[in-house]
This record gives sequence, structure tokens and C-alpha cells, in this order.
Amino acid sequence: MNFLERNLKEVWKFFVSVKLTIFLLFSIAGTSIVGTLIPQNARVEEYLQAFGEFKYRIFDIFDLFDMYHSWWFQLLILMLTANIIICSIDRLSATWKIIFNRNPSIKKSQFKDLNKEEFIEERSPEQLQTIYAPILHKAFGFTQVETTDTGFCIFAEKWRWTRFGVYIVHLSIVLLLLGSLIGSLFGFDGYVNIPEGESVDQVRINNVDKTHALAFQIRCDDFTVSFYDSGEPKEYRSRLTILENGKPVVQKDILVNDPLRYKGVNIFQSSYGKMPSKDVTLKFTVAESGMVYEKQAEIGKPIDLPEGLGSFLLKEYRPSADLQGTSLGEAFIGVLNTEPGKAQEIILPVRFPNFDKMRKDKMFISIAEQQQREKYYTGLQVTGDPGVWVVYTGFIMMILGCIITFFMSHQQMMVEVTQKNKKCIVIVAGKANKNIFGMQQEVAKITKRLTGSQKHSA
Amino acid sequence: MDSSHVLSVVTFVYGLAAVLYIASLIFRQDTAGKAASIVIFIGAAGNAAGIGLRWWESHQQNIGHAPLSNLYESLVFFALTIAVIYLVVERKYKNRIIGAFVTPLAFLAMAYASLSPNISDRIMPLLPALKSNWLIAHVMTCFIGYAAFALAFGVSIMYLITFGKERSGESILARLPSPAMLNELNYQLIMFGFLFLTVGIITGAVWANSAWGRYWGWDPKETWSLITWFVYIGLLHAKMMRGWDGKRIAYLSMLGFLAVMITYFGVNYLPGLHSYGSR
Repeated sequence: MNFLERNLKEVWKFFVSVKLTIFLLFSIAGTSIVGTLIPQNARVEEYLQAFGEFKYRIFDIFDLFDMYHSWWFQLLILMLTANIIICSIDRLSATWKIIFNRNPSIKKSQFKDLNKEEFIEERSPEQLQTIYAPILHKAFGFTQVETTDTGFCIFAEKWRWTRFGVYIVHLSIVLLLLGSLIGSLFGFDGYVNIPEGESVDQVRINNVDKTHALAFQIRCDDFTVSFYDSGEPKEYRSRLTILENGKPVVQKDILVNDPLRYKGVNIFQSSYGKMPSKDVTLKFTVAESGMVYEKQAEIGKPIDLPEGLGSFLLKEYRPSADLQGTSLGEAFIGVLNTEPGKAQEIILPVRFPNFDKMRKDKMFISIAEQQQREKYYTGLQVTGDPGVWVVYTGFIMMILGCIITFFMSHQQMMVEVTQKNKKCIVIVAGKANKNIFGMQQEVAKITKRLTGSQKHSA
Repeated sequence: MDSSHVLSVVTFVYGLAAVLYIASLIFRQDTAGKAASIVIFIGAAGNAAGIGLRWWESHQQNIGHAPLSNLYESLVFFALTIAVIYLVVERKYKNRIIGAFVTPLAFLAMAYASLSPNISDRIMPLLPALKSNWLIAHVMTCFIGYAAFALAFGVSIMYLITFGKERSGESILARLPSPAMLNELNYQLIMFGFLFLTVGIITGAVWANSAWGRYWGWDPKETWSLITWFVYIGLLHAKMMRGWDGKRIAYLSMLGFLAVMITYFGVNYLPGLHSYGSR
């Protein structure tokens, strides 16, 4: 045995242990708790505020802010996978021999020391054999009769293949992990906001500053939101059109539980919002003269101030602005240029027309009127996951495997008839690889059928 | 009489059944035990009728949906599954003593739903995220699993009471089932519950994938259901492969039920997508 072989054998020995399985299962369960107590993937500032500098650093070293993707958590999962695979391979060869044994020889000695039922029969062994054999054959499918010096012995068995159940479950877990790996390597998870009437051909990736280009365009034709009488949201509905080379190919209304799927890309209704109205009427009040001027303004276009006071640029709209922590609600942000090289940013809350007066300047500005032609944008979750079918296959196998493993077992039964003083002693014994209690009930059931046949024919 | 009234009455029926089972155990009254069996059956029937009535009422209000959409409705369904699984166990194992340890749980679930001031029994319209056929499959399978684990919890307490004690003819202990039988029942219930928890998690994953485009997102409720799953699969491996004794299995079963309770109630205090269950 060379060095490599010796090491491989050591590795194998380490991973083949069920003790390791139990240790890993409880370790993963225990450490998973941490991620439910510390919010995951939040912003650094939030963590600093919640935990302080010192704790933040410690937690960060152990990746506790994204712990389910940390190296140590993934290592635990990887070790569990290796453990599952190696344990399965190790035991499979033995199971294989049992299942694919062409001549299963069942021996009397295997049924020693098991729960048995016993009763006395008046008829001859030959008679009993013709009655018993069909009963057992009907219940088990496979029977084997052996003649002994003093009578006979019938062996019966069923569900030998259920010994595979546990391997199906183990394989399903490997498939789940494989599917999620495929998803993380080749899939994407992004979002995009589309104003009504507009279209996009790329989405932003969640949690990272990246975009993902789509092979087609998504256009939002219409968005509607409806409410119950109580004010709770009832339905979010987006009418989407998929365009390829500018030509519409698919149109569909999507709801929260009813996405649009196209060429491996899934489009989900996720959020919505109102678009800012672009045109605003601004009111300029000059302090000295007391004059009030009204002017139309549009975001991004500079305008001249009255009385030659300079220029003004409406920079952006914010649905919820705040000043030093105080919420101001809907507001516009503007840039005031009263003297060359002295640009000043000001906030114009829609709800508080006198807000800008507090600046105590020569002139204050307020929002006179907002052109309320409300326009929505729809917030879409856009994902692609080529591994999802592997995962779903794993799901189905896991459910089937669990049913087989927990509720079916390889059952074997022996009925032994021994003649003694012109009477027959009948012994019914059963064994199973699992669910011994269920097998006891099976033995009782078969015994009842056999004794029932006695009364019937008598 | 509307469904909320029916279900409040059911609370007291379950309470009565629990008292009768406990009285039957303490005072060695088989008559009380027989009466308890009838009372719990009536309770379960009333519970089921209440759920059906609530479903019908929601349709009358034009917001028709299966009554499985908030904390009140889930507790009511939880109580029903505990009662039904208990009745099956009572029939199969022909033992009424277990009722003294299990029916109080059905009563507690109903009492919490009916009497807690924080839980509204008003029928509420379904939020967009819950409008899916997966709702019924997901909630039902999860709660059948939870109920089986609740029973296993009761059985584990019985096991720890009886284990290693002298079972003389006169004491109450002698009336309890044998530790071997309790150990087996614990195991059977956990396998049953585990299958349903598995299906519950899977239906939840498939639903999440059809609503949000991801089958797993490490949301606190998802994570806690996985922790619960790991505790029970750890228990099953310890028992099947390592042959752990009944006492350690009983403690693990109780630990598993603690995880179930955190999955059910505890995570409502943590942020996440499953906030529907907290209202």
C-alpha cells in the first residue's frame, strides 16, 4: 500500500462514520440558528448601529452577515455530502448482494429468537401444505417450500427492493445540492423597475452591483393595483409584453403567484411604485419686493430666476425625502445658483409650501402645483435557474424515498409445521429489516388467516 | 351561531376531554376514559365543522378562501390534527392513558386561538402573495407534521416518567404503557411527522419558486423548519444506525418539538416573508 492509498483509506474511514453524520447534522442545525438572529445581507451602517464597531468586526470575520454562504457553513454542507455519499457507497454493496441474490436461501435458523405465534392443528401436514402455501403466496408473492423429516416449512417474503429506499433519499439530497450548485453557477437573480409604457433589456442583480443582459425586451404595458374595502391590497397586476428584435412575441398579465416564463427566464410581480410627475409649477416669492412669480419647471432643465436673481435647476424627485432624520414625505430637490460658483442644494417638500422660507434668503421657492397624471412603475423579480429541475427531481425522490424507508420493509416469514403424536404444531415467525412492531402485527394477521382456514374447512 | 362561536365551544369540549382523560388516569376510572374518547371525538367533529363553516362564511363575504391563512386559522387546524391523529393512535394501540398527555395540547392550541387578545378571529381577505393553490397543500402538510411531533412530545414525557421506575400494581405508573411501547410509538409518530414536514417544506419551496422565483432563501421561518428537519433526521439516524436508547431519543424528540414551536411561533418575532402566520 503506497502513501496515496493509505491516505485515501484514512479519508474514507473518517467519512464512513455515522457518528460524523449525527455530529454534522446537529452542527448545521445549531449554527443555522445564528443566521436567523442576525439579519442577513443588510447594510454595513445598520450592523454598525446595531452591534457597534467591535462586535461588527468579530461577526464579520466569521461571515455571520452572510453566514449561509460563508466558507465554514459551505464546508459543513460539503462534508455532510461527502459523508452521505461515502456511507451510501459503503453500505450499498452489501444491500446490493441481498437485493439481487438470484437464489435467496432463507434458513430456519434466521427465525430463531423472534416473536412467534404457535397453534395446534388436527390435519396432516400434506393437507395443511395445500392450504397454507396459497395463503402465503397471495400475501407475499414469493414462497419456497421445504420438506422436513417431521413435516414441512414454508418461507415467504416481499418488498426486498425497499432496502433501496434509504439510498433514494440520500441520492435526492445529493441532487438538491447539485441543483443549487448549478443554479448558483449558471443562474441569476435580479430585479428591474419598468415604468408603464417603457421597456428594458437588462436587469440588476440582487445584492451585488452588476447587471444581467436579457436576450429579449420586457415592456410593461399597464400596471394596476386593487384594494379590499379594508384597505389591504387585493391584487397587483402587470400586463407585460416580450419583444424580440422589436417585435412582440408574448403578452401576459402577471400576478404575484402567476409569473411569466420565457426562454428559461422567470418574471415575477414583486413590487410597484408611482412615477414622479415631471412637470411642476414653482412659486417664487421675493422677500424684498413681496412679488410672487409662477414658473413651469421640468426635471433636468435649468430655468432663470425672476428679477435676475440667478438660475435654478430642478434636479430630482424623491418619494420620501428627509432632512436630518425628519421625514418630509414627497419632495423635489433643486439646485439654486444665485451667485456664480455658489450652487446650493435645496429641498422643496410638496406638503410644506413654506419650508424653503426657513432658509431666510432673498427669495423662497415652493411647489405650487404638481401635474398629477399618475403613472405607475412595476417592480419585477427576474430570475433564471437551470438547476431547478434537478432540485425538483430531488424533491420527488425524497418524498418517495421517505415513504419507502419509513413505511415499507423487507418482510420475511416462516411457517413451520411439525407432526407430533398425530397432531401438528404450527409455528408462524416473521422478521423484517425495519418496523418490527408492524411485522408482529403481520405475523398475527397471517396466523389468523391460517387458523381461520382451519375452522373454514372443518 | 358563526364559526368563531362554534370553535370557542370546541375549546371547552377539548378541555373537558383532557380533564376526563387525566381523571381516568389518576382515579383509575375506565368509565371516565370511555367518556373522554366520546368527548374528544365530538370535539374533533365540531372542530372540523367549525373550519368548514368558516370556509363557507368567507365565501358569503366574497373573500372566499380556505381557512388556513393566519395564526387563528392555523391554530384551529393544528388542534384538529392533534385530535384526529390522537384518535387514530388510541384506536390502533388500544390505550387511553396517552390521551391524558396529548389532549391537553389540543385544548391549549384552541384556547390560545380563542382566548388570546392578540389573535383576531375575524375572517380576513387573502393577500396577493397567499393567492395560490399551494397554500392548502403547504399549510396542511406542515401542520399534520407539527401535530404528529406534538403527540411524540407527549409520548416522550410519558416515556421519561415511566423509564426505570418500579411499576408496582397499585401506583399510577403501572397504568402507563410500557416504556418499550412508548419508545416504539414515539418513533412511529416521528417518522410520520417527518414525512409530512418534508412534504411541507417541499411544497413551500415549490410555492416560493412560483411566487418569488426562488425555492430557498434562508428566510428565518425556512431556516427554522430546516433546523427542525435536521434535529429529527439526526434523531432517526441516531436511533436506526447507532441504536440510541429510548431516554436519549425521548429528549431529542422534546428538543425537536421545541424547534417546531420556534418555527411556528418564535420566528414571528424575526423579520421575514412568513409574516402572514403572525397575525
